[in-house]
Amino acid sequence: MNQALVANPRLAAQSHFRTLRLGTPFQPRLDALAKTTDWYNWAGYRAPHSLWDEELEYFAIRSQCALFDISPMTKYRIEGPEAEAFCNKVTLRDVTKLKPGRVHYTAWCDDEGFVLDDGTLFRLSRTRFRLCSQERHLPWLLDSAIGFDVAIEEETEAVAGLALQGPTAFACLRAAGFAGLEKLKVFDLAEFPHEGGTVTISRTGFTGDLGYELFAERKLALSLWDRLMQAGEPHGIRAIGYTALNRARLEAGLIVANADFVTAEHAVRSNRTRMPDEIGLGFMIDPAKGHFNGRRAILEARAKKRLRHVLVGLEIDGNVPAEHAIVYHRKNREVGLVSAAMWSPMAKKNIAIASLDLPYGDTVTDDLWVEIYAMRELKYERLMKRTKVVPRPFIKLDRRTANPPADF
Amino acid sequence: MKTWDAIVIGGGHNGLVNACYLQRAGLDVLVVEKNGWVGGAATSRELTPGFLYSNCSYVCSLFRPEIMRDLELPRFGLQVIAYEGGAVLTQDGDYLGNYRDHDAHRREFARFSTRDAEAYDRYARDVTRQCRFIQPLLMRTAPDPTSWKPRDLGELLYLGKKFAGLSAEEMALTLRFWTMSISDFLDEYFETDVIKANFSISGIIGTALGPMSPGTAYVLLHHYMGEVDGSVGAWGYARGGMGAVTKALAASFQASGGTIRTGAEVERVLVKGCKAKGVVLAGGEEIYGKLVVSNADVKRTFLKLVEEKELPDVFLRRVKNFKIRGSSGKVNIALDSMPEFPALPKDSPCLRGDLHFTDSVERMERAYDDWKAGRWSADPFLDMMIPTTLDPTMAAPGKHFMSCFVQYAPPKVEGRDWTDADRDAFAETVVSQIATYSPGFRDRIVHMEVRTPREIEAEVGLTEGNIFQGELTFDQLLFNRPVPGYAQYRSPLGGLYICGSSTHPGGGVMGAPGRNAAKEILRDLARSDHHMSAAHDVI
Repeated sequence: MNQALVANPRLAAQSHFRTLRLGTPFQPRLDALAKTTDWYNWAGYRAPHSLWDEELEYFAIRSQCALFDISPMTKYRIEGPEAEAFCNKVTLRDVTKLKPGRVHYTAWCDDEGFVLDDGTLFRLSRTRFRLCSQERHLPWLLDSAIGFDVAIEEETEAVAGLALQGPTAFACLRAAGFAGLEKLKVFDLAEFPHEGGTVTISRTGFTGDLGYELFAERKLALSLWDRLMQAGEPHGIRAIGYTALNRARLEAGLIVANADFVTAEHAVRSNRTRMPDEIGLGFMIDPAKGHFNGRRAILEARAKKRLRHVLVGLEIDGNVPAEHAIVYHRKNREVGLVSAAMWSPMAKKNIAIASLDLPYGDTVTDDLWVEIYAMRELKYERLMKRTKVVPRPFIKLDRRTANPPADF
Repeated sequence: MKTWDAIVIGGGHNGLVNACYLQRAGLDVLVVEKNGWVGGAATSRELTPGFLYSNCSYVCSLFRPEIMRDLELPRFGLQVIAYEGGAVLTQDGDYLGNYRDHDAHRREFARFSTRDAEAYDRYARDVTRQCRFIQPLLMRTAPDPTSWKPRDLGELLYLGKKFAGLSAEEMALTLRFWTMSISDFLDEYFETDVIKANFSISGIIGTALGPMSPGTAYVLLHHYMGEVDGSVGAWGYARGGMGAVTKALAASFQASGGTIRTGAEVERVLVKGCKAKGVVLAGGEEIYGKLVVSNADVKRTFLKLVEEKELPDVFLRRVKNFKIRGSSGKVNIALDSMPEFPALPKDSPCLRGDLHFTDSVERMERAYDDWKAGRWSADPFLDMMIPTTLDPTMAAPGKHFMSCFVQYAPPKVEGRDWTDADRDAFAETVVSQIATYSPGFRDRIVHMEVRTPREIEAEVGLTEGNIFQGELTFDQLLFNRPVPGYAQYRSPLGGLYICGSSTHPGGGVMGAPGRNAAKEILRDLARSDHHMSAAHDVI
């Protein structure tokens, strides 16, 4: 338009309204592979449900290795002399125990002790962290930072991310020339050179399998993708969409914010909010570590036995997935809801994650049932199936943690 | 001489809703309307050939879907089209857009502040929680807190239970929300001035308060609790202008056997022995009715249509003190082509929504300062839109109707009545503001109608030109609307009811007051109300 528009980035950004679903830094590669053109909206990005065959994409994760674009995941850079103290205040787990070069899965709560989100905290150095999450939290993080010598920056668009998951993931990366990668144990991270820059690789993932996550600045994205695909070709690397990943994560027993629980800042119905103990994240709470957001409320709820819910893994008779089925006690008392369910190819079991009203799922675990409405050719086949509470993960793969990682 | 079962004074949307429900209950109902047309403040008028004007109210969201359904309004031509967005044009040549798409909305805010962009979800959650609290109250008669009648106690209990059902955090927020200024409320979420200005708009529209005045946060809620077919908070255009709402109501009323007399101005309510017996028209004609329902505002009803000596002192004093201050005007413009706004891209969806030029809360408050001094704002706040971008029925292709709601405009100018010269000068501040952002705007104007509070009072019948028939401040809501003890659509006079926006739940083209009043009347008559849908569930 005019000169001002060129000079002022705020004006230059006006045109975003023409592209409601942004491409990720890998979009040209995804587009080229998207035979199903089956897109969904992931936090404002065009992300694939599937690329070529959602069933086979799942098997790529479990048999070879699968490349999944995680760039739309929300990312914050947290840096400063007091970054550790800040992260320790914001999140549940003890960050002083998180060494540089390590990652942990954590969660954070509002002052009422309700979970705002779960995510991964990467300690890139003594003073620098990256927090990855489902939802966006900048105001919360900035407000929590008052009084700390720390800078917080939203870096979702600036940083490209990939997950490479599956038994040949290590072989693929080694073939791509990431020397020394075999030293990474689960939840370790390290930096590797790539095209004059660096890529941060962590032995983490969302599949319960051997796998890695790679982060690099945006401009390195396409060359990184190509490097992996070329080197991985003999190792069966395949790009996949979210449907396949979602199956793998369920087998691994991992929960998804706003699918398996409602995040506190989005809960329009205030009784939908959950404390960490109520969604299986109680293990993160470390009362000994000192103050953290929500501490008082969480400890009080524990002391006064005010917790109302429990998130459990279920094994259900038969093979019909019980997605969003109601859970009953003695077939008549409604005690909860299934939030995710599938037939697990790895466990050969019908599995689910469900939220139950206490004491069901905790002290009362017998005589639980799920009512499955299976739509079959315009008719609901209604099944009442017995279910039992089982520990998560539903599958445990030795290759996930084996050191050194298996080479194929 | 015929005696009607009910006479409704005023054919505004609430009067017509009320009349429709009464007629459908089997009553023989007459609507008397002063103007030569029905509609009250919801009209579409061809003020210049080829252009239909929504010349008073101009957008639709609050009108209750239960009423549309009960009265079969779609069958009688009502169609509401959600609009696409909106924008605040800023003085530096940029704009802040509002987009329906959640992520586009976030990215737009991020142009100004990444923090504010990510603050929107929490803001939306909190406002939605408040809406969900208030929504079920819209279609219920407010309880009388001093009464021991089982139904009042029951309703009070309902309110109490609802409140007790809130978490401690929500209770605190609710009380704050009902009493805070919109500016203070927004400060808790946002840091950027233009973003706060963008949301402040809904807190001041139709209200003689500034964004920094306590009580304006609730006014915002009032504008958020509507819907367009389930999309809560969305606003739309009535296809064919706002008159389409009342046209459909009138047609529904007549189809069920009701009678409308236009050009029939009521001079006073006939009262005999503390009971309303009918109305006297200007010219002296007397019409008799077993009951009379007034769609006029509470001041017009009790200070003009009823003799003061017929009313109890305290009631009268409270009616006199009821705040119904005029704060706005309207400039309606026929355009021979689509105006250009160089700041906005030509393909911007914001053009098919509401446009504003007040880019800071401070400017909004300064505009209010003028009102306090008895002047119209030198730098007014405009809520401007061009419904013909989505509605092909209001003007020929390529031609456009523009509606500009203008705030602030005092009911009197420095203590004296408005003059024609004042009106022209008022219009000029509006046109020149638009022209600042839209070069060549003046040349496109084919015809213009300017309505100051003087015209709105004289032509529409709204006291002081107040679009809500009374301020929506917390002291004038629920069981205090319009005055304590008379919040249940009845009056000190037997057989005289009120059904306009002066009553609970207040103004906007909502229809709920008219509907709730009908329910109370049918209750008094021990008639069935099976034809009235219960309020939709809020789940």
